Amino acid sequence: MSEIVNHLIHQQSSHCETGVVSNMLSSKGFAISEPMAFGLASALTFAYLPFVKIGGLPLIAYRMPPKTIIKSVAKKLNIELISRRFSSPQKGMQALDQALAEGHIVGLQTSVYWLPYFPEDMRFHFNAHNLTVYGKNEQGDYLISDPVFEEVVTCSPESLERARFAKGALAPKGLMYILGEVPDNIDLAPQIYKSIKKTAKMMNGIPIPGIPFFGVKGIHYLAKKITELENKPLKYARLYLGHIVRMQEEIGTGGAGFRFIFASFLDESFKLTGDAELFELSQFTTEIGDQWRAFAVQAVLFCKDRKSISLQDISAVLVKCADMEKQLQSRLLSLSALK
Amino acid sequence: MKAKQVPQDNSPSYSGHKKLLYAVNDSGHYTGIQSSGWEIENFATQMAVDELNEQTLSAVNDYHSGKASALAYHMCKHRFDISALAQSTGFFQWQIRRHLSPQIFNRLSHRKLKIYGAVFSISIEQLTRVPEQP
Repeated sequence: MSEIVNHLIHQQSSHCETGVVSNMLSSKGFAISEPMAFGLASALTFAYLPFVKIGGLPLIAYRMPPKTIIKSVAKKLNIELISRRFSSPQKGMQALDQALAEGHIVGLQTSVYWLPYFPEDMRFHFNAHNLTVYGKNEQGDYLISDPVFEEVVTCSPESLERARFAKGALAPKGLMYILGEVPDNIDLAPQIYKSIKKTAKMMNGIPIPGIPFFGVKGIHYLAKKITELENKPLKYARLYLGHIVRMQEEIGTGGAGFRFIFASFLDESFKLTGDAELFELSQFTTEIGDQWRAFAVQAVLFCKDRKSISLQDISAVLVKCADMEKQLQSRLLSLSALK
Repeated sequence: MKAKQVPQDNSPSYSGHKKLLYAVNDSGHYTGIQSSGWEIENFATQMAVDELNEQTLSAVNDYHSGKASALAYHMCKHRFDISALAQSTGFFQWQIRRHLSPQIFNRLSHRKLKIYGAVFSISIEQLTRVPEQP
């Protein structure tokens, strides 16, 4: 089998989807950092979804649902996004081979569980992991840039097929995507202000009474749920708190549930526009991120020894996070490009 | 978080890999920093992994004492729960709950066993076997 290696710049990222966007665009000659992609997509949010269970525990998300990031970045920068899903795995793999032969780098949605290069303890059934395939070696293995890894990796066709066609929640159905031509002059500044405004609008949650699961309201709701753990068995309380910490830290969030990435985006926006207010907001978001990290420390402290801290105290730390995010929201909303 | 405060706790769950975090450097601006792990995060991961291992162990014991079918073990081992398995196989949850009992599992049709085998990516022969130790 002949070797195919298409041009790709691999840079490690915190998060898979923003990482894929940043790597694919950089490879096409438009250097964009991961935080910038995250910010432009207005991906920061908070959602507590009690009806989506993972191992019997509610899903807690700190960003918008999968695929929104790539879609909205492509839209903002006016780049065509060609994506396809497949009903048959065979056709899906053929289409991938063909796209590679045509010289494209190809984004894929996969299941983490079936990717052999992941460490054992990190493999779980999460079907919305993104990566970029940039070629094939002589043995027929695919050359993959998985943005959360330091270096590029390889994967056998059998494993990749299984990962692309895993079933279950958020099933990828072989999703693959290619980016079209990148326009020459892109002015990021107006897009930055627009995206920030959108993020701010989402931060308070959905304006429908009776749905307290999103944004600042969602954080308050989670804080309430934590105080209610008092009446549950200790084992459940420990698993529940551990679960929140994992959602916030372990699952490729760049620390503090994407708050640090967002702060980095604000900082970069300041460098780009020279707007000092953005820098102040970046510093404030860092404080919020630190508060989330403090919450993780307290939650794990309870798991280690329940006598050392009460559930009320843990909940109070989270309420503080919510209050700070509320403040951030009003400051972001009052931000204006026109001084 | 300051760049100097980025934890380097060598988490075993990272298997020697490093993750990228964003932190503030001395001049107050953001930069990407590799982290070898955070003790707090590792504790939470370990707790979840321990819980899974405990469930797998009890599934093995239940199988050998005749309380559960081999499916219970393979479900835990491949990190599925009943709802995830239902979504992947297309069975209803109540069907899977029935299949967890040995009497019913042992009479399952070849077709149904094949569906489970395909989801776990193992042969039917492997599906009906459970090791002495997980």
